[in-house]
Amino acid sequence: MSDPATPLLTTPLDALHRDLGGKMVPFAGYAMPVQYPAGILAEHLHTRAAAGLFDVSHMGQVELAGPGIAAWLETLVPGDIQSLGLGRTRYTVFTNDQGGIRDDLMVSKLAEDRLFLVVNAACKQADIAHLRAHLPAGLALTERTDRALLALQGPRAAEAMATLAPEAPAMGFMSIRPLSVAGIDCLATRSGYTGEDGWEISAPADRAADVARALLAHPAVRPVGLGARDSLRLEAGLCLYGADIDTATTPVEAGLSWVIGKRRREQGGFPGAAVVQRQLRDGPPRLRVGLRPDGRAPARAHTEITDPEGNRLGEVTSGGFGPSVDGPVAMGYIPAAAARPGHAVKLVVRGKPLDARVTEMPFVPHRYFKP
Amino acid sequence: MSDVRFTKDHEWIRVEGDLGTVGITDYAQHQLGDIVFVDLPEPGRDLAQGGEAAVVESVKAASEVYTPVAGTVTENNDALADQPALVNQSPEDGAWFFRLRLADPAQLAGLMDRAAYDEYVKGLE
Repeated sequence: MSDPATPLLTTPLDALHRDLGGKMVPFAGYAMPVQYPAGILAEHLHTRAAAGLFDVSHMGQVELAGPGIAAWLETLVPGDIQSLGLGRTRYTVFTNDQGGIRDDLMVSKLAEDRLFLVVNAACKQADIAHLRAHLPAGLALTERTDRALLALQGPRAAEAMATLAPEAPAMGFMSIRPLSVAGIDCLATRSGYTGEDGWEISAPADRAADVARALLAHPAVRPVGLGARDSLRLEAGLCLYGADIDTATTPVEAGLSWVIGKRRREQGGFPGAAVVQRQLRDGPPRLRVGLRPDGRAPARAHTEITDPEGNRLGEVTSGGFGPSVDGPVAMGYIPAAAARPGHAVKLVVRGKPLDARVTEMPFVPHRYFKP
Repeated sequence: MSDVRFTKDHEWIRVEGDLGTVGITDYAQHQLGDIVFVDLPEPGRDLAQGGEAAVVESVKAASEVYTPVAGTVTENNDALADQPALVNQSPEDGAWFFRLRLADPAQLAGLMDRAAYDEYVKGLE
């Protein structure tokens, strides 16, 4: 993705990763830990059993401010941002004129006229350019390059957070608030991308390592790299931008129709609304589905999906081994008519058609916080 | 006395008579990480030297395993189907991948001995 001649960017936690024995790899232009000495399998299972700490500082953090900011953002996303409550967070997508997905993102309402966005690392420059290209006078965009982003995920995340931020466990799922963590002023959302309870913590870049070290001091918390982040989100049935969703997939095809607000379905007013509304009404031509190979062989991205007779249906967009499932899991696109749970398909792995079934997602039940 | 030889791709072959046993080295398993699946060649398959013989999959990725010398596969290690993690635990012993009848034992001369391989790995670190 990045020119090898271009030096990699580093996050504010770079020294900590190296201290912890992180195996650093290039990802979206950044040097990021793919794993620590424990390894991807152990890090994945630890996150589901206790709590994992992830550095996601490569992601873009953007503030938008000004009168009517929510109504304006709705011109670029299909989500109902105007109805988003103060202190609430919502998942949405930027669409293009064909109804394809430019990026997926989290939007939080900090104040009536202030929004906080978290966008993908690989898309952030394009997203910011896209926002700026449309931004009217009187509205302001600030990229918060002065902040790092940590994710604490897992069933014991609340226990660890409670020791450093006593107000944290009372936060609702998909809410945001300023939060002092280990005495450091942060902005925290109760969210994440593993299917587990947890927080994403936006911390001042120069204090982020202190926040991370304070969290790692809790016996339930261990560092987790990008390798396990990917297997965790895959088991949770969550989309990876650039693999499972991109400019050629619509939110309806991706099974993300729930991001389109009720009012927005009727009124439109976002890029590609005509395509999206037509697919909502008539059904999409294809759908993202979960796939479970019958055997042990993982089916990875770009594996061909066929019907039992060998006719091409589509391809796997992400797949691999699910450590908590203890078997291979995958997702991909197939014609809507074939997208029924239990439907038999073949996955062509190294030339061999292997038996698999369409399944419901997530592969591992979500365990988000419910009071 | 059996003789073990190594490739630059981190396979090993232990030769007894005209039979060779092939696996991947400890360095290779460490680089790959947790092994979750191994695809082995069926007995009877003819392999050319350096040809793709097996596939080993970690959580993250699939990697090819090449045969150090040409030959015909006589046997593969069933235990790896149920316990792929054996490759991480005993890569140069219990977790052998397959055995083959050597087509041309002279090909062994082009492989590294233990000392040369250790030196080669040191240069990679």
